[in-house]
Amino acid sequence: MKIPLSYSFRNLWTRRLTTVLTASGMSLVVFVFAAVLMLAEGLRQTLVATGSYDNALVLRSSADTEIQSIIDRDQAAIIESQPEIALNPQGQPLVSPEVVVLINLPKRTTGQRTNVTIRGVRPISLEMRPEIKMGAGRFFRPGSTEIVVGENVARRFVGSGLGQSLHFGMRTWTIVGILAAGNTGFSSEIWGDVDQLMQAFRRPVYSDVVLKLRNPGDFTELRQRLESDPRLTVQVKREVMFYEEQSERLAEFIRILGMVLTSIFSVGAVLSAMITMYAAVAARTVEIGTLRALGFSRGNILTAILIESLLIGLIGGLGGLGAASFLQFINISTTNWQTFSEIAFNFALSQGIIFKSLVFALGMGLIGGLLPALRAARMNIVNALRAA
Amino acid sequence: MVFKIIYRNILRHRLRTILTITGMAVAILSFGLLRTVVDAWYAGVEGSSAYRLVTRNAVSLIFRLPLAYLSKIRAVPGVSAVSYSTWFGGIYIDEKNFFPQFAVEARHYLDLYPEFIIPEEQKLVFLKERQAAIAGRQLVEKYGWRLGDIIPIKSTHYPANLEFVLRGIYTGVEKSTDEGRFFFHWDYLNETLEKNAPALANQVGVYIIQVDDPNQAAVVAAQVDELFKNSLAETLTETEKAFHLGFVAMTEAILMSIQVVSFLVIGVILVVLANTMAMTARERLNEYATLKTLGFQPWHLVGLIGGESIAIALAGGMIGLVLSFPAAQIFRSALSQYFRIFHVSSVTLIVGLLTSLGVGVVSAIFPAWQAARVSIAEGLRRIG
Repeated sequence: MKIPLSYSFRNLWTRRLTTVLTASGMSLVVFVFAAVLMLAEGLRQTLVATGSYDNALVLRSSADTEIQSIIDRDQAAIIESQPEIALNPQGQPLVSPEVVVLINLPKRTTGQRTNVTIRGVRPISLEMRPEIKMGAGRFFRPGSTEIVVGENVARRFVGSGLGQSLHFGMRTWTIVGILAAGNTGFSSEIWGDVDQLMQAFRRPVYSDVVLKLRNPGDFTELRQRLESDPRLTVQVKREVMFYEEQSERLAEFIRILGMVLTSIFSVGAVLSAMITMYAAVAARTVEIGTLRALGFSRGNILTAILIESLLIGLIGGLGGLGAASFLQFINISTTNWQTFSEIAFNFALSQGIIFKSLVFALGMGLIGGLLPALRAARMNIVNALRAA
Repeated sequence: MVFKIIYRNILRHRLRTILTITGMAVAILSFGLLRTVVDAWYAGVEGSSAYRLVTRNAVSLIFRLPLAYLSKIRAVPGVSAVSYSTWFGGIYIDEKNFFPQFAVEARHYLDLYPEFIIPEEQKLVFLKERQAAIAGRQLVEKYGWRLGDIIPIKSTHYPANLEFVLRGIYTGVEKSTDEGRFFFHWDYLNETLEKNAPALANQVGVYIIQVDDPNQAAVVAAQVDELFKNSLAETLTETEKAFHLGFVAMTEAILMSIQVVSFLVIGVILVVLANTMAMTARERLNEYATLKTLGFQPWHLVGLIGGESIAIALAGGMIGLVLSFPAAQIFRSALSQYFRIFHVSSVTLIVGLLTSLGVGVVSAIFPAWQAARVSIAEGLRRIG
């Protein structure tokens, strides 16, 4: 016969203070564990959502980021004439040589200046990136000093609202629209006319060329041809792959830091659970002896104590996850070291993270409860009964 | 007498004490590591000098400044020396081997940074040779370089794959000086650019200005910026400290979360120790009543419980802090791409000790209050 579940429950209830202290220690650990995973996941989601699978990016061969890349006009012309490029219904090729630079803008919150990506594009760029819609206002007119800004830029930087203007490159640029790019890196960018921006920044060359493939399967062929063309020194990447690589170092940093922290933390929480369960077992020596005398087996005792410890873990896990789920409302922004520019993203809670956090919490409970449970199960009936 | 009882009490539940001390040690260890991470973030700021200003392109750091600005900046009153450097952003063999490389105007640059100590004969050789480079001690140790080695580096920013000859190794004046930088001659880079990409030649990343009087830094900075107002490349001049703080501010969201986490750690420690002390006090309530019967005053009991709590806390704290040295070493090698300076500062040690002391005191409050308040009869009647 098994010891009923309510036995474990009631025991926890009797030692409320200790239970709460132990469980809150665990929930702190689970909170940090979940928060780190959510941060890395949010960053990943943002950068994976940026770019499409059937777009390809052509950059200078040794450049890791768009701002390091240089493609001159002759090279761009060769790339633009490739047969794999898709056409829109009007018969225009879906290809856009772009220029990407950084400008300093002061943040609304702190007034601190930080780097914002500004991208010179052609009107066709919007068609090539279906994830971007026009929010408020309209797209810029080609050949004008008008710009459109991503939602995150409009919200975070001084003077970046609709109808306001920014001054850079010895010109004043009017903001005529807001890009609704959702949860993508484009939300943290400013777009303007490519030729106007190149003139303003006295930059005679493009940064890279973006093109939409007629057929996504043509990618390998296109890459081989362009990369082996003696007139070009370029590398070709799928847009999605490119943006994912852009977050690698930041994501790795968050991951390493987070894993080191949580593993150290979890040792503390496991010890706390162990202390609690050892005390619970010690205080109940006579009780356990009685249970054994009544005919409950060693296995029953072991299970009952383990369940108690797992329950503490579960309470801690749920508490930590509950607190962490509020983080989803926080939008954070930081500079991505690789691109040297600002990127905004959310903490993202996924099913995988919920699952991992709960397993982690139960694992802490299990490890913390195992030794005390074994001690309880090994007790000699007679000695235990005599202990009082 | 009291100390003896405290000592005996600590040893009574040996297993529990060991577990608690270990828990404390682990938490203080992570607290120390977190503070060290934050310190590492501010390393550039700490290492900056009040005598140095940095002038860069006002649009953003990726835009460079014309070499022609040099003589104009030199003429500004209050400026005692000017040098310039360009971020090379190169890859040594593999992308993972990240370290900062600067193309510098060497003659003045080395004078501007007295915290980098280079043996005089190495300096002379370096200044004479076009392809020569100087690297920090840590960097040299990491890659096992020797003087005279040829180091090939491929730039990601410029169409330039350069080969350098290591001619000097610098050491830092202080422990917190960055010993992971790599310097070479700006002229060498510029000659290559004139061949490969003339549009990029004759430009510098930043000017470094030394001022006579740090109190005049703001005036000098304003004068420099005024010189180039409404030109193609407007400048932004700030103190070296502000320049580095700008980098810190870029990632302040991450920094903030690390600081929040370090407070959570204190929460974890508190929970662990408070749990132990609460349990201990509950079990010993009738003992305390006995002690009272023997004539011990409430403040004796407070001393007993507080002493035990603080002793455990300090033991755990000290073990944790001692362990943080080897842990910092491991951390640094795992994250050497991001942090070159990673040492546990004395402030961290003091804060760690004070935190464990505080945790010890706070954990004892509730049990001590309970023990001092319990009446003899009630305490004696109570069964563990």
